[in-house]
Amino acid sequence: MEVLVFLVPLALALGFVGLLGFLWSLKSGQYDDLDGAAWRAIADDEPASDQGRSR
Amino acid sequence: MHADIDFSHYLKKTGAGLVHLDLAVEGINCAGCMAKIERNLSTIPDVTSARVNLTDSRLALEWKAGAVDPTLFVNRLAELGYKAYPFERDDAETLEARRAQGLLRRLGVAAFAAMNVMMLSIPVWSGNVSDMLPEQRDFFHWLSALIVLPAAAYSAQPFFSSALSALRARGVNMDVPISIGIVLALAMSVIETINHAEHAYFDAAIMLIAFLLAGRYLDQNMRRRTRAFAGNLAALKAETATKFISPTEIKTVPAAAIRPGDIVLLRPGERCAVDGNVIEGRSEVDQSLITGETLPAMVTPGSAVFAGTLVRSGTLRVRASAASGGTLLDEISRLLDHALQARSRYLRLAERASRLYAPVVHATALLTMLGWLAWGASFHDSIVTAIAVLIITCPCALGLAIPAVQTVASGALFGSGVLLNAGDAIERIAEIDRVIFDKTGTLTLPELDVANLAEIPDDVVRLAGRLALSSRHPVAAAIARYAGAASPLPDIQEEPGQGVHGLHDGRPIRLGRPSFCGADDLANEILCRDPEASVVAFSHGESRYAFAVRQRLRPDAAEVVTDLVRMGVAVEIVSGDREPAVRLAAETLGVHEWRAEVSPVDKIDRIEELVRQGCKVLMVGDGLNDAPALAAAHASMSPVTATHMSQAVADAVFLGERLAPVLAAVKVSRKALRLMRQNLWLAVVYNVLAVPIAIAGLVTPLIAAAAMSGSSVIVMLNALRARAREAV
Repeated sequence: MEVLVFLVPLALALGFVGLLGFLWSLKSGQYDDLDGAAWRAIADDEPASDQGRSR
Repeated sequence: MHADIDFSHYLKKTGAGLVHLDLAVEGINCAGCMAKIERNLSTIPDVTSARVNLTDSRLALEWKAGAVDPTLFVNRLAELGYKAYPFERDDAETLEARRAQGLLRRLGVAAFAAMNVMMLSIPVWSGNVSDMLPEQRDFFHWLSALIVLPAAAYSAQPFFSSALSALRARGVNMDVPISIGIVLALAMSVIETINHAEHAYFDAAIMLIAFLLAGRYLDQNMRRRTRAFAGNLAALKAETATKFISPTEIKTVPAAAIRPGDIVLLRPGERCAVDGNVIEGRSEVDQSLITGETLPAMVTPGSAVFAGTLVRSGTLRVRASAASGGTLLDEISRLLDHALQARSRYLRLAERASRLYAPVVHATALLTMLGWLAWGASFHDSIVTAIAVLIITCPCALGLAIPAVQTVASGALFGSGVLLNAGDAIERIAEIDRVIFDKTGTLTLPELDVANLAEIPDDVVRLAGRLALSSRHPVAAAIARYAGAASPLPDIQEEPGQGVHGLHDGRPIRLGRPSFCGADDLANEILCRDPEASVVAFSHGESRYAFAVRQRLRPDAAEVVTDLVRMGVAVEIVSGDREPAVRLAAETLGVHEWRAEVSPVDKIDRIEELVRQGCKVLMVGDGLNDAPALAAAHASMSPVTATHMSQAVADAVFLGERLAPVLAAVKVSRKALRLMRQNLWLAVVYNVLAVPIAIAGLVTPLIAAAAMSGSSVIVMLNALRARAREAV
């Protein structure tokens, strides 16, 4: 059962990283426009001649 | 027209030499629009960011300061087929948005804690029936406590603070039993862990918090969305005012930028955007938006004018005031305060449920403890069982039962063109059994309409329309619109207060007052038939015609009234307009009960009289004179063209030319209330099944977790049934 010494802190750390990720995404406004986000994911990429995707 | 809007009020410097502008854009409704707008605008040089928010139909732009004229964006959007107007987030919307984000953050913390604790709980549950060492179990319990205690302390704050403020006011709300349940469950779990016991309820406590926060977030998000949409509507009205920036110079600025004391110029045909007092000039004004009276009134220096007043003949200078000295506005504000106090006493369904619920649950828990003590169980075991009763009855499903239905129903209402202002609007609209309509602007459309087009030859109408283009008088504007005129006649002079005249085909041509055109007899004929109409006469050489211009009923008003009556809702018209006008509208719509020339005070009196008879009234009105009645009624709705004050007090605002949204609101609300009640009953049934198990002392953390999530999911699924949209 010594494996718990590694696994438990590892699991907790992963959970904590997930939480930080969520808080970061919330802070950067990723939940402000849920309808738009759904469509952006499947929008066609622009032709390579353009300067990247419009931000 | 919007090319001359002054944008400086809306531009924000964001540092690093960038300027930020928010635009409300009409007509963004798909991903295609979003991509088209973003792609097009980001090709403008020096634009650093153009991002559409599809949920709120808004566009955020950033560019290098001084490099681009903001008008360019509006013109570019117009080329793409979208109307755009600058807007400013008001305080209420900012507050709602901040609250929604705060709740989402707490929900995230609670949900992550719940997931991680579940990972620890499942080994304990399976270990209890196999061969887990007590030391390992204790270790897992301590780890759970380490995760849950800080997470709960942070994420359950909304419940704690709301429960505290309710207790301080010597009342009980839903949050009191919730907070007691959470605190007791956590305290007991810590004590049990210290005593190396088998069961701890950390997972149940944090899961409960997460579910309840989800309900709160849904509720808050719905409010935020309505606010955002209302903000867009205000921006799309694009109200501007002509302000004197020096005694001789004028500038067009957004109405939001006018401060009390500013002097504003009003020209014929313009709608006043501010409240204030006339300091110079005389004019006929149309106050129908404010008082419901369709006959024009005369204003002179010293008279009060209100936002929404239409200037008909002369030019006015108006000093804007925050609290106008006008007696009408004073009186209306006083009535309004009074009526709003009465409304705040309305108890929401959830509050009524929790008033019943809290004492029953706490009494059950106490009786369980006493029962077990009497039965001979130890003090410790009795308390643990009593707390298990509290945990299992904790109103998880109850907390979701109403917000879930409200969210789904408000989405359905949104689709039918109804925006909810108040959180409890659905409940109150569902309970009504009588509708009182205001006439002007509510049953009728705010724009004027030419009633006797069919009686006048087409070529005359076209000619009159072209002539009307030279006048700014709103009645002339109605003729021009109906004639579809686009090219004004040359060399036309305007006689102030009389009409326009000139020469066409070598013969004199005139449009204006009947006396101006020598058509008094024609005018009297029309006025005998239709006393509500304004008559505009037209003469060309010897031929004379008279146009009857009047307000038109909303196209589906009669059907909506019939449908409401068929649903068992009584319909009544109470208007500030003159008797013949109201009688005509009532007869056309088949409404038997109507009152005319009613003052704001009498409108409230009528509502109070109905309340005494036990009626629950839905007031539908738009004028400033309706505002107190809107607040006094059990529920209220306003068209989107209503005055600011009426829209602010109405429970719901409806869009478009049709009256159908009123019917849809009643139907959807009734269905939603039925589902809310069903959901509460589902929660009761769940408790009836689960509580005996808890009283018997058989509840393990596993059963608590399963019961809690099971009941929440059932309630959510039931709420989704409100999605089936009414065929409107």
